[in-house]
Amino acid sequence: MKIVKTLLLLTVLIAPVCGSFAVAEEIVVYSARNEHLIQPLFEAYTKETGVAIKFVTDKEGPLLQRLKSEGANTPADLLITVDAGNLWHAASEGLLRPVDSKVLAANVPANLRDVENRWFGLSLRARTIVYCTERVKPELLSTYAALGEESWKGRLILRTSKKVYNQSLVAMLIAEFGEEKTEQIVRSWVANLATEPSSNDTQVMEAIAAGQGDVGIVNTYYFGRLLEKNPDLKLALFWPNQGAAQSGVHVNVSGAGVTKHAKHPAAAVKFLEWLSSEKAQNLFADANLEYPVNPKVAANPEVAAWGKFTASPFNLTQAGALQGAAIRLMDRSGYR
Amino acid sequence: MPRHSTTRTAPRRGAVPFLNRGFYTGWRIATLFIALLVIIPLSVVFFSWHDPAREIWQHITETLLGNLLRNTFWLVTGVSTGTILLGVSLAWLTAVCEFPGRRFFTWALLLPLAMPAYVLAFVSLGLFDYAGPVQTWLRAWFGSSSWFPDVRATGGVVTILTLALYPYVYLLSRNAFQTQGKRLLEAAESLGCGPWRAFFLVVLPMARPWIAGGTLLVIMEALADFGAVSIFNYDTFTTAIYKAWFGFFSLPAAAQLASCLVLLVFFIIVAEQRMRSRMRFSESRQSAKSERILLDRRWRWLAFAYATTVLSFAFLLPLLQLLRWSLNIFHQEFTSRYLALLGHSLLLGLSAALLICACALLLAYTARRHPDAATCALVRTANLGYALPGTVLAVGIFIPVAALDNSVISLGRLFGFETGQIFQGTLLIMLVAYLVRFMAAGFKTIDGAMHRVTPSIDEAARLAGLRGLKLLGRVHLPILRNGLLSAFTLVFVDVMKEMPITLMTRPFGWDTLAVKIFELTSEGEWERAALPAVTLLLTGLVPIILLMRNSES
Repeated sequence: MKIVKTLLLLTVLIAPVCGSFAVAEEIVVYSARNEHLIQPLFEAYTKETGVAIKFVTDKEGPLLQRLKSEGANTPADLLITVDAGNLWHAASEGLLRPVDSKVLAANVPANLRDVENRWFGLSLRARTIVYCTERVKPELLSTYAALGEESWKGRLILRTSKKVYNQSLVAMLIAEFGEEKTEQIVRSWVANLATEPSSNDTQVMEAIAAGQGDVGIVNTYYFGRLLEKNPDLKLALFWPNQGAAQSGVHVNVSGAGVTKHAKHPAAAVKFLEWLSSEKAQNLFADANLEYPVNPKVAANPEVAAWGKFTASPFNLTQAGALQGAAIRLMDRSGYR
Repeated sequence: MPRHSTTRTAPRRGAVPFLNRGFYTGWRIATLFIALLVIIPLSVVFFSWHDPAREIWQHITETLLGNLLRNTFWLVTGVSTGTILLGVSLAWLTAVCEFPGRRFFTWALLLPLAMPAYVLAFVSLGLFDYAGPVQTWLRAWFGSSSWFPDVRATGGVVTILTLALYPYVYLLSRNAFQTQGKRLLEAAESLGCGPWRAFFLVVLPMARPWIAGGTLLVIMEALADFGAVSIFNYDTFTTAIYKAWFGFFSLPAAAQLASCLVLLVFFIIVAEQRMRSRMRFSESRQSAKSERILLDRRWRWLAFAYATTVLSFAFLLPLLQLLRWSLNIFHQEFTSRYLALLGHSLLLGLSAALLICACALLLAYTARRHPDAATCALVRTANLGYALPGTVLAVGIFIPVAALDNSVISLGRLFGFETGQIFQGTLLIMLVAYLVRFMAAGFKTIDGAMHRVTPSIDEAARLAGLRGLKLLGRVHLPILRNGLLSAFTLVFVDVMKEMPITLMTRPFGWDTLAVKIFELTSEGEWERAALPAVTLLLTGLVPIILLMRNSES
């Protein structure tokens, strides 16, 4: 019993020393975008303004749960995460606050931020078609849906439906075609698969390069990374849905929002504005070979070399709302 | 089996033991305290049923459940069979037989312990999948690799988890065989049993508590595994839990699924103990140096080839691949930050291992002193945390801690002073979380060793006037030394590899090697993750090698 009591006493004595205390010039960030992609930005900001940034990284789910359980006492000022679905969810759970900022409104296009300005996209990635340049003529490619045509039987390679990127893509298809038609499309994809879905985009591209299949759907930055590693890669990107009446390439964002119970909201907004500025946008996007959201900022030449495309105007807020429906639909269609 | 030892504090028949004042001896109170630490997060998980997520359950039962149950069944059956086959046979070979390289294999076969299952999974998939070097090479030579088995099918996942987890069975059953020595076999043979018959009729049944303990750990690990199965895109209960949480954004549904997993494991534990409680495992004192069985020429080299194959696939090949990747990126990745990460990993691993071993010893000793049903139930409960996927457990711990903090903060405000968070984000909470998660790894090992202390030893000690702590310290601890070292190693390595709890409960700035691996792999940067993975692996090797040196001497 003595031991138990002593332990309890020690806990109460020591804990406050370990606990975090708020310092004046400081922002606390919860980030699902990982350290190697964000830390250079934090360092640059601290150097420029003297504001210190404290952060933890984790998966989106635990971070949101953390914010929820901490409630009004959360130390977090800013939530950074990837995929609009996650941002939408954080906002709909009431974890983020609306931010009224002219700078952000000017720097971030309307379809890449929340309608109520609770979150803002900071970098853009396209989910597009990748094909083998040796075995596929790009003229034969047209839309995402067309990958379900008979001619691609046994040639299509996809990543697992458990990844949120595919869920958002299917959510966009649902918004465009409705559930019934989308289910037909997804079923036709599954029927054309060359092999069971892979667990990541890089595997999809490697399998295509090795000849297991001929086409696939991947995020642009994974393609960029693989190309950096292996410049002789016999793969290329194709921008689908570019016809006049078509929806355009599916794009998604990584982004951030100020938490509802932020202790330094003004400092957090300032930092967010800085992130969307011309100065920081390249740093933010280039770290991961993504596109800047700020239309005044040009993409990294390496990224720009993949060509211009028309992006889908699909409002990303919808992707979050339709995510559940998209998962159910993919499960029903046997898309693992 | 020591369970027959009498105690003066045994509760009266028929009474509810927890209401009986005589029940609360110091040992039981301490056990209750530890069990409570586990019960709190578990009840958070079970409490999710107050709001059943009907819609999601309906979707799961309609489209996913059949496949999930089938996959989970094959995974558990396959991995437990595989680990028993590998673990027991290798333990027998290295503990009792003599073959070339035996001394080396004795400790080397434990090395895969340091290899996280998700790392093994990724590296193996990279090597043996269609686009990997092995099949590419086959295609270059034979034109086609279509006959090559599909590594991403059930067999592939089962193989990977078997290779990653067999050391648990190996370590525990080796402890058993070592004490049995050759004498048991000779006794059986003198009664007319052939060597094979003697092995299966006498040696194996006598080692059963240890083999069962190791297998139970393996089953719990396999059920809670997320990393490896998701790399193979193999749907199990855990992947469904993640889908419910991250896909449908329903933590309640995820917790409800997780509670099914906990129940399943609870039944397995109870069934195993039921079967075992009818047996007694008194062990003869070990002869000073038992002689080993000399295998004949052919068998000797077969044994060597077998051990080499297992070691290569479970450890050497993946290590080489990781090293190759690390060398590629070493110059651009390695910074002094790695030393800080390593320091954090070490410190957390060591302190958690100490804490857990102390608590596991306490539990094992209490179970021995008080073999009544109520105490047994407490001890079993304290071990259930191992069955929960780490992320779910992390949430189960985080929610009550945050609630506690929030009420302390409001209480403080009532009295007019502002405090920040007090418990959350402290190392203390992190250690408690590790304790809840890895208690079973420590307990199973120490409890197995505790069985080696015969009742007659206890009686002799009592006659000499040794009781309580003195009995534990003077008599039990020296006998338990190997078991304690094994437990320490297991837990230390497990904690260093752990991700979700570390991610969710770590204080600001307390990143570890596992956190770094998570960050890089979640972005698909597997090559860059090789550097922290290799560092983690090499660090994990140190205690394993020390352990084996010790147990050999």
